[in-house]
Amino acid sequence: MLPRMGAMLIMAVFAFYFLIPIWWLFVSATKSKGDLTSTNPLWFSEFNFFENVGNVLTYRDGVFLRWIGNSLAYAGGGALIATVLAGMCGYALAKYSFRGRELIFNVILGGVLVPATALALPLFLMFSQINATNTFWAVFLPSIVSPFGVYLTRIYAGSSVPDELMEAARLDGASEVRTFFSVSVKLMFPALVTVFLFQFVAIWNNFFLPLIMLRDEANFPVTLGLYTWNSQINQIPELRMYVLVGALLSIIPLIVAFLFLQRFWRSGLGAGSVK
Amino acid sequence: MKPFKSAIAVAVLSAIALTGCSSSESADTAGSAIECTPSSGPVTLSFTSWIPGIEDVVDVWNKANPEIQVKVQTGPNGNSGTYQNFFNQLKAGNAPDLGQVEYDALPNFRVQDGLTNIAACQDVADAESSFIPWAWNQVSFGEENAAYGIPQDTGPMALFYRSDLFKKNNIAVPTTWEEFEKAAVEVRKTGSYITNFSQNDVNQFAGLVWQTGDTWFKNDGDKWNVSLAGTGSTTVADYWQDLIDRDLVSSFPGWTSEWDNAYNTGKVWSWNSAVWGANSVASGAPDTAGKWSVAPMPQWEKGDNTSGNWGGSSTVVFKGSEHPYEAAKFALWLNTSSESLTMLNESANLYPATTAGLDLPSLKEGVEFYGDQKIYDVFAASANQVSSTFVWGPTMTQTYNSVSDGFKAAVTGKGTLVDSLKSAQEATIKELKTQSIPVAE
Repeated sequence: MLPRMGAMLIMAVFAFYFLIPIWWLFVSATKSKGDLTSTNPLWFSEFNFFENVGNVLTYRDGVFLRWIGNSLAYAGGGALIATVLAGMCGYALAKYSFRGRELIFNVILGGVLVPATALALPLFLMFSQINATNTFWAVFLPSIVSPFGVYLTRIYAGSSVPDELMEAARLDGASEVRTFFSVSVKLMFPALVTVFLFQFVAIWNNFFLPLIMLRDEANFPVTLGLYTWNSQINQIPELRMYVLVGALLSIIPLIVAFLFLQRFWRSGLGAGSVK
Repeated sequence: MKPFKSAIAVAVLSAIALTGCSSSESADTAGSAIECTPSSGPVTLSFTSWIPGIEDVVDVWNKANPEIQVKVQTGPNGNSGTYQNFFNQLKAGNAPDLGQVEYDALPNFRVQDGLTNIAACQDVADAESSFIPWAWNQVSFGEENAAYGIPQDTGPMALFYRSDLFKKNNIAVPTTWEEFEKAAVEVRKTGSYITNFSQNDVNQFAGLVWQTGDTWFKNDGDKWNVSLAGTGSTTVADYWQDLIDRDLVSSFPGWTSEWDNAYNTGKVWSWNSAVWGANSVASGAPDTAGKWSVAPMPQWEKGDNTSGNWGGSSTVVFKGSEHPYEAAKFALWLNTSSESLTMLNESANLYPATTAGLDLPSLKEGVEFYGDQKIYDVFAASANQVSSTFVWGPTMTQTYNSVSDGFKAAVTGKGTLVDSLKSAQEATIKELKTQSIPVAE
């Protein structure tokens, strides 16, 4: 009984610790500008949430909504393509034997170790060569590769896609491509959802690459947009409130993605564990 | 100011040598102005600035000048990433035509040969006299026939104070630093602090040093001379160290909630800040509306009239711009026309760098938050009392970090302000040497 209580207590303390900043963010976003500095930071005062949200959404012709839309396009589109590419690559590496297979895999695995930040400047110089900096593609294209995704899907395809099933599909006359898309993908689905989710969060939170690549506010993702506002607080103190409310709004799509995708995720974790 | 030129020339020469003399101008006149001739046909200029609302100002220009269209690009403020972006772009050869650069970052761009000298443009040469002299000095580096940008705004300093509290407690508003210290003791007896020594605002400290007439960087012929711990600096540092040691000033980090709160609740009574600080006080301490006033900065000697500066930027034409004539024309309009200056003042509280700009109608009105005092008259006087001799160094980001680290330690009782200036001095010299910038020792 006691160890259980102890575990619960530790869990509760950690949950509290992690939730406090979000609570603070939510409470702050409901306050008026004046109350923000003069009232208890962890409890409500006058409720101004909807007015604040309205202000953020309409400030500078609604540029914030545009940023959210950009982030959705970068993260949603990027994660989708990244998942397809990583899935195909991992599947091929797991199910076909060819010369140099391990070499390719090891090189890709090495890619997991290189931080995205370290690649931003070289990418900028490369994109400069083809005059493609400050475009949607400058942020989108580097987002569609996921070495970690290849790693994960290879492991998963290796254990979840039986060779016999591929044989059967071939005997039925399906091409290799068709086998992949109509048979294997279904078996690999939990892994693909995981890759999608990881990549979505990674692109959504990616900050350094857009910071280096983009100059045009219309292309900014929400992270860079909020950072830009935050750096102008000394000049325009009203922006402090907008940054707070904007930060709160910007985590909503992530929460939605998690809640929506976790059921696929959860069902996948147990699949095949009992024969 | 002559010696400065040769040092720059050395730096520029080596930069040109490194890049293989690709430019068509002759290397023996390095640092001299480019030719300034109009381009044929319509021109589109790119302009990077992080001033909120600058697009609206540029729209006014674009409507009036169909032949010279300006496209605004933006980003976070300079030190938060845009300067690094400028350097990356210069390296990649796709820098914008125009950019916003603060005065303290200009020498860095200068020694890296990132700026175009637009002094040969007749309009620019003619405009020199309309700017506040020290502001022009920041963009010309004191050289003859040089203009590496057009001054945009300045941050003359003055003392914001709670007039109601000083009056109620019968404490005279200090006019000298000696009186300020005495007043600090009186204020402390009421349980409050006279002011806050912000541990992370090295720029404020620099402004206080600027007031003494000293400078942090100089040139002794062809080398940089670093004097972060010179006479002016140590005078200012010792003074504030004493106030910190006696617990006469608070030490909240600037622009945080605690800091706002301290001003909003009357825990701190005054702030030596720049003209744009008017807005920071008004928005950070909304409950105290009408109770603030502005007075000239306290002086080191009774009867003196010297002031410091905190902040300010310029509009520069980057190296590689194919349209320096048009770029210079736009930069001049942006920073001298009363239409543009009024808009910049309204949208971003920019305080003009031209003498005529100080008399804008919007700067002649009483400000409600300050009990209807015409506070900008105080700043206009201050702007004319800022010393012209202050020079920034080419590695300010590193210098600020070093000083700031030391200050943070000093306010918690580890070491002193003077110690941190001395170690920042060493770190700066080391950094200059690392970057092969000649240093005098």
